[in-house]
Amino acid sequence: MAKNVVQVRNLFKDYQTAAGAITVLKQVDFSMEAGDFVAIMGPSGSGKSTFMNILGCLDKPTSGQYKLDGHEVATLDSNTLAKIRNQTIGFVFQGFNLLSRASLLDNVALPLVYAGIDKFERQARAKLLLEKVGLGQHINSLPNQISGGQQQRVAIARALVNRPSLILADEPTGNLDSITSEEIMALFSELNADGISIILVTHESDIAAHASRQIRFLDGRIVQDARIVKDDSRTVDSAKHVLEQGDNDSAEQSITMIPDLVAKGNH
Amino acid sequence: MFLAMLGEAWRAMGANRLRTFLTMLGMVIGVASVVLMMAIGQGAQESVKDSINAMGSNLFIVLSGSSTAGGARTGSGNSSNLTVKDANAINELEGVSNVAPISMGNAQVVFSGNNWSTSIIGTTPTYLDIRGWELVDGYVFSDSDIRSATRVALIGQTVVDNIFGEIDPIGKTIRIKQNPFVVLGILKSKGQSLDGRDQDDTIIIPLTTAQRKILGNQFAGSVRQIMVQANTPEAMPMVEQNINGLLNQRHNIREGSDSDFFVRNLTAVANSAAETTRTMSLLLGAIASVSLLVGGIGIMNIMLVSVTERTREIGIRMAIGARERDILLQFLLEAIVISVIGCLIGLFLGITGAVLVNKLTQAAVVISGNSVTIAFAVAASVGIFFGFYPARKAASLNPIDALRYQ
Repeated sequence: MAKNVVQVRNLFKDYQTAAGAITVLKQVDFSMEAGDFVAIMGPSGSGKSTFMNILGCLDKPTSGQYKLDGHEVATLDSNTLAKIRNQTIGFVFQGFNLLSRASLLDNVALPLVYAGIDKFERQARAKLLLEKVGLGQHINSLPNQISGGQQQRVAIARALVNRPSLILADEPTGNLDSITSEEIMALFSELNADGISIILVTHESDIAAHASRQIRFLDGRIVQDARIVKDDSRTVDSAKHVLEQGDNDSAEQSITMIPDLVAKGNH
Repeated sequence: MFLAMLGEAWRAMGANRLRTFLTMLGMVIGVASVVLMMAIGQGAQESVKDSINAMGSNLFIVLSGSSTAGGARTGSGNSSNLTVKDANAINELEGVSNVAPISMGNAQVVFSGNNWSTSIIGTTPTYLDIRGWELVDGYVFSDSDIRSATRVALIGQTVVDNIFGEIDPIGKTIRIKQNPFVVLGILKSKGQSLDGRDQDDTIIIPLTTAQRKILGNQFAGSVRQIMVQANTPEAMPMVEQNINGLLNQRHNIREGSDSDFFVRNLTAVANSAAETTRTMSLLLGAIASVSLLVGGIGIMNIMLVSVTERTREIGIRMAIGARERDILLQFLLEAIVISVIGCLIGLFLGITGAVLVNKLTQAAVVISGNSVTIAFAVAASVGIFFGFYPARKAASLNPIDALRYQ
């Protein structure tokens, strides 16, 4: 059995608001084996993003245990957490979150600056990854000079540059059209095939279908945890999906946009 | 790492050039005014110090009192009750290092076709020691010249310029009130005294010669003034008291009646002049420092705005592994780069301004390495001091709050 990269037990998260305390995560138990590909689904406000932020050491749980690679995260100081975010975890965000003033190369190389790696190696590694995500000829462009799909590729390259063992992607395709989304998901599948563990938050079931395990949040609890058997049926499934997409592209797009709109309305 | 951070700071500054420039301008004006004011203040101090040094240190001057002739009182220094013997007696007092009796007056000096009216000082060689006066050429007359009242002279630079011009004066014979004098030496230029007199417009001759040939004193051995130098500044009050006591005794002045002489402390006068300029230059520096302070507050203000504006960027950086101190360093560096560049420009403008002031008004300015170093250090500290709070604020942001910031 593979080692658990993430292990969460009895996790609670409260937020203090003007209207009083809100419990966003209630008694969450979750563990994940190294090399797994987990999709977290659920409606807006179900706590999946909060869960993701806690997994990414950006936020702290109110109570409960979180072990990352066997280390109890609650006991670590802020410098160690920063080091984990730098070297163990790679983040991919819905809004790409690139630095608008920096070139693609500098954006991708930025985590290496904080890792204390020298300039020559920083640039070489960043260039290599940009080439890997198909942007080798744009290394000196600024983020606003390329498309959203390309920006997300840059963000993925940045997440990968320090060779993390875990990628956390928070609605990485939320701002992308369905074709670009498929490309990005193909990239994630490829990374997963290379042995990187991936946790992905998404609204869309066809995006979640790329994962090997699906978890559904509702009102701060995990209500469903299903392993998708990777057999022929899945291949048929995705083939059918591609077929549908080809047949009525616009209809598919409008459908996938609905949850997003609902989500924004709820915020 | 550090270089990469510096690059980041540079890029951030370049992103909003006008704002960076205006922030920097506060620093530029602050440093320029500090440098300029310090240059002017130090220049004034320096010129006062030069005057004091030219006068000599720890000095008293003993003047003879006034005399009354036919109901009309003369001014001080006109009676003939101070003598060379008084001077010798003062020389024996404790704490006194040098004493020079002086008789002086004005006389017409002639060399070949030129003539010039100048002040004649009859004194002993000690006078030159007391006043720290050196020769640029020739040599000083000796005590034997005093005894035999030889007709030799040391001449000041102004006299040289007016009657000799290009001719080398050493060994030449000049006429003072028709008496031939051989020029022994040329006095080094001392410039203006504290009260603006030209100290180089003078001729120094042996005291005895002056009394017999030039000034025609009716009382042999009497002098106008006695210059007294104390060993140390601390000894001065005691020396002053002792001179008064000694001369009262020698002149048979009874207790309660007026002395027939005055003792003046020249150094005290000079020191108060120095104190005044020192206060003035401190005041100038203080006023200039206020603008430096305002410049620093400008930096802090803009850095705070910058931190707020870039909260999301800070969140992104933290999410990809920036430690608190990386963020701190980034913003601190930005503040320091702004203030150091501002300081360099300010230094340049301040020095240029000081040179201009010097050229336009002839006022002495001193740009010392010290004041430049201080200005630079202050500017860097202002950058660190006023940059620290905003940088601290940025570094202490919670990653998730920063990342969510809209």
